[in-house]
Amino acid sequence: MSAYTYYPGCSLESTACEYDASVRAVFNALGVELHELEEWNCCGASSAHSLNPVLALALPARNLALAQPLGHDLVMPCAACFNRHKSADHALRHDPQRRKELEDIVGFNYQGNIAVRPLLEVLTIGVGLQRIRERVKQPLAGLKAVGYYGCLLVRPPQVTQFENPENPRLMNQLLQALDAEAVEWSYATECCGGGLSLTKSNVAARLVNRLAERAREAGAAAIVTSCPLCQINLEMRQSGTQKLPVFYFTELMGLAFGLPEAESWWSKHLINPRPLLAELHSSRLAAAA
Amino acid sequence: MSLDFHEQITMLSNQPILLCYHCHKCTAGCPVVEEMEFGPDRILRMVQLGERERLLKSRDIWLCAACETCGTRCPNGIDIAKVMDALRLEALRSGVTPAEPDAAKFHKLFLFVVQTLGRSHEASLLIAYKLWTLNLLADMDSGLQLFVKGKVPVLPKSIKGRDQVRRIFLKSAEAVAKENLPSANPASAQEAK
Repeated sequence: MSAYTYYPGCSLESTACEYDASVRAVFNALGVELHELEEWNCCGASSAHSLNPVLALALPARNLALAQPLGHDLVMPCAACFNRHKSADHALRHDPQRRKELEDIVGFNYQGNIAVRPLLEVLTIGVGLQRIRERVKQPLAGLKAVGYYGCLLVRPPQVTQFENPENPRLMNQLLQALDAEAVEWSYATECCGGGLSLTKSNVAARLVNRLAERAREAGAAAIVTSCPLCQINLEMRQSGTQKLPVFYFTELMGLAFGLPEAESWWSKHLINPRPLLAELHSSRLAAAA
Repeated sequence: MSLDFHEQITMLSNQPILLCYHCHKCTAGCPVVEEMEFGPDRILRMVQLGERERLLKSRDIWLCAACETCGTRCPNGIDIAKVMDALRLEALRSGVTPAEPDAAKFHKLFLFVVQTLGRSHEASLLIAYKLWTLNLLADMDSGLQLFVKGKVPVLPKSIKGRDQVRRIFLKSAEAVAKENLPSANPASAQEAK
């Protein structure tokens, strides 16, 4: 049985606490070991690379230094944390001059023995869709949702080494494994403006409402994401009377696995997903009758 | 005007800026171009032409959301977000007042919190940001909701290794002050003007 080292990141300790709870619950349900990296530090997010390119690599490099003796791949639920750690790992792996500099700043020797991996990829490929399918107890039939990746999980592709940056498929495959209806749309990797949410909230609101509108046009009743910055931005900046709830993909896994703790995640949302889930439940009962 | 500026930003960003032939793919895909003064491809042109002052004072460099759509689609492999990073860094180092001061303040506060605690802490960050920008009333309703839902812990959590984190901040600041940076040297800064 493989095990992973877990880097939750700062958002999962606060505004994305339901993401953290659902990640741990889902790994537990699948019987996959997940060990939180002790003493981890903030990756510096967009602020470090906006102001100091060396700091932007050195902060995540310290976490790589802490993780490498453990020997397990480092799993990142947050797209921004993944992007920063993958960038540091990329520089350490491919740029000898930068590597020397970072090793000196952080005080370690880079081994390159572990991989930085996004949670979505670890669950759908590492653990595998087959195992996920086998664990489903309450299929999400009738749930129409668009998969939304945002920016930092997929771009820049030479660093993230994620699947096709213009048309990634993993989220839809996962939704299908849970028996949900993965609605196709053209905006799965368009930016939601999360990085500008506080400082230019009007710009972020425009981008968010355009995404929500496109998702509704495609026929979706919900948006599914893996990024805590997208999730809070999409829920906080959506306006209008028909707001779409935004789920973390691990929350939907927990729901489909029939985990009782899933109920405690919904109250954490800024857009209440309960009416949609109740509707789904009653149509399922009607179909069974 | 000086070509030195082009060389400097090319080195700092490590991007082949001269390869841009203005196909506008970056600008077509940019999510925030409507808010910008110039947009990504004109920014590259202005770097090529050494228009230092206009660039460093432009709001575009602070509006870039770093979504990396431009660089992903560039047929010449120019990661334009890295060019924006280099321009921001150069603006700060040259003491240019940011055209979007709130963005610069947010990034500085964020890093101050991380330097102090080793991790971010939303409550401290948001309160400090509101006080500094005097934007006290914005987002009060959603901020309150997050608080009521228990999503913003009041007390900060720090790590034992915060001294190591502080050392990383110090050493990174030293590294960036001397690396590939003609403007860090007063003589060449003068020349660039």
